[in-house]
Amino acid sequence: MATPLLQVEHLEKSYGDVHILHDIDLTIDTGSVTVLLGPSGSGKSTLIRCLNGLEDFQSGQLVFSGQPVVPSPKVWQQLRQKIGMVFQSYDLFPNLTVLDNILLGPLKVQHRAKAEATAQAIKLLKEVGLAEYQDAYPRQLSGGQKQRIAIVRALALNPEFMLFDEVTASLDPEMVRGVLEVLRNLAQQKMTMLVVTHEMNFAREIADQVVFLENGRILEQTPGQQFFTNPQTERAQIFLNSMDF
Amino acid sequence: MAHSGINVLFAGQNFSRLLGGLWISAKISIVALVIGILLGVLLGALRTVKNPLLRTILRLYLEFFRIVPTVVLLFLFYYILPKNFNVNLNAQAVAMLVFALWVAAEMSDIVRGALISVPQHQKEAGLAIGLNGPQLYRYVLLPQAVGLMIPATINLMTRVIKTTSLLLLISVMDVVNIGQQIIEANRQQYPDGAFWIYGLIFILYFLLCYPLSAWARRLEQRQNNNA
Ligand SMILES: Nc1ncnc2c1ncn2[C@@H]1O[C@H](COP(=O)(O)OP(=O)(O)O)[C@@H](O)[C@H]1O
Ligand SMILES: [Mg+2]
Repeated sequence: MATPLLQVEHLEKSYGDVHILHDIDLTIDTGSVTVLLGPSGSGKSTLIRCLNGLEDFQSGQLVFSGQPVVPSPKVWQQLRQKIGMVFQSYDLFPNLTVLDNILLGPLKVQHRAKAEATAQAIKLLKEVGLAEYQDAYPRQLSGGQKQRIAIVRALALNPEFMLFDEVTASLDPEMVRGVLEVLRNLAQQKMTMLVVTHEMNFAREIADQVVFLENGRILEQTPGQQFFTNPQTERAQIFLNSMDF
Repeated sequence: MAHSGINVLFAGQNFSRLLGGLWISAKISIVALVIGILLGVLLGALRTVKNPLLRTILRLYLEFFRIVPTVVLLFLFYYILPKNFNVNLNAQAVAMLVFALWVAAEMSDIVRGALISVPQHQKEAGLAIGLNGPQLYRYVLLPQAVGLMIPATINLMTRVIKTTSLLLLISVMDVVNIGQQIIEANRQQYPDGAFWIYGLIFILYFLLCYPLSAWARRLEQRQNNNA
């Protein structure tokens, strides 16, 4: 069997005295789409943030491409070039144009040639249908446009793994489709992805596996179709019923 | 009136001497502001770093320069340092040094305040694309903080310019010092010279500071409108 892209082993996370994540074990295979589901407050964001070092954790281990991650600012700074993350609130840099937002990482972090990085940025912008906005500032864009740019900004580093934390949750319904389309294309290109979403139809369509989290514990890690048709736990069944899709 | 008082301003070299004094004040202000602002940006950025010892030291530095009156600082550096440490600086250099350190202290607070009001999400977005600490400040946090810093920085400039009027106390030949010399020298001929000389100094300071404070007010208003 091929080495998984990421293994999470016995991860424990607390904020002060409050224990948030309990004994998280998770395997993510290269080229697969994992959808992380669970009620609000169950710890989805905390988990996903642990996976690119935005949160530290008290014990447990991450293994990326077979290499144990020894957490330090330097190690995370390197690893974040391989692990892209997109947030619910887009968080484009308002002081930079669209193109400069996208090029900041490739030029300053990866020290790539400007011509090559720019060509790639423009190609990616075309793929998300926003080529004509390269000189716009974020404030001139709609939420859906900003989110697609934020995805391009992460992809511009050529990551091996992408984390998406409720990237459509702040968007008007008519904007959601365009962003999901981008995620769908990425999945088709065999990008390894971990997706937190409340768009259940999309989750069902895209998930190779579903991880169901409640109160900081993984209650299920099952192949996608099975989760939706035949969840193993009562909690997951209740959750699915409550989402009414 | 044989001698209209206003003529004291134009007798001999008086007027150009006063402008020369003003230039000394302006020069000291400019040097102190340039050095102080650059140093203050660095210190302000360091004050947002999670290092308790560093933060405490910088905090004490700020409080020292804020609590100790500027006159006392000037005396300290001008009279006491040379005696005890055997460094001899001329009065203008002492003035620039003291003012630069003072500006750096005040500026560090302005910069820190602006930096911590940049949303945490911006910092995380920067980290997520692999920026290291200095890059995060250079490309993401400081550029967004600059807009918030400008009004307070302009106000600091006007305070510095006004405070140069203390420099006569360490015998810098600033505009006030020269004004007093002219008043003394012309006491016989122009008994009301003080009125005209100080009147002119008032106008000169006003011309330097008013545009700055008006500019700061406009920027502040614009920010409030945007917020
Ligand atoms: N910075 C924090 N400090 C303390 N508690 C936090 C912090 N961030 C999140 N939490 C808590 O951790 C739990 C999980 O939050 P989160 O990961 O955001 O859940 P989800 O993304 O599934 O909605 C919640 O109970 C939340 O209140
Ligand atoms: Mg969340």
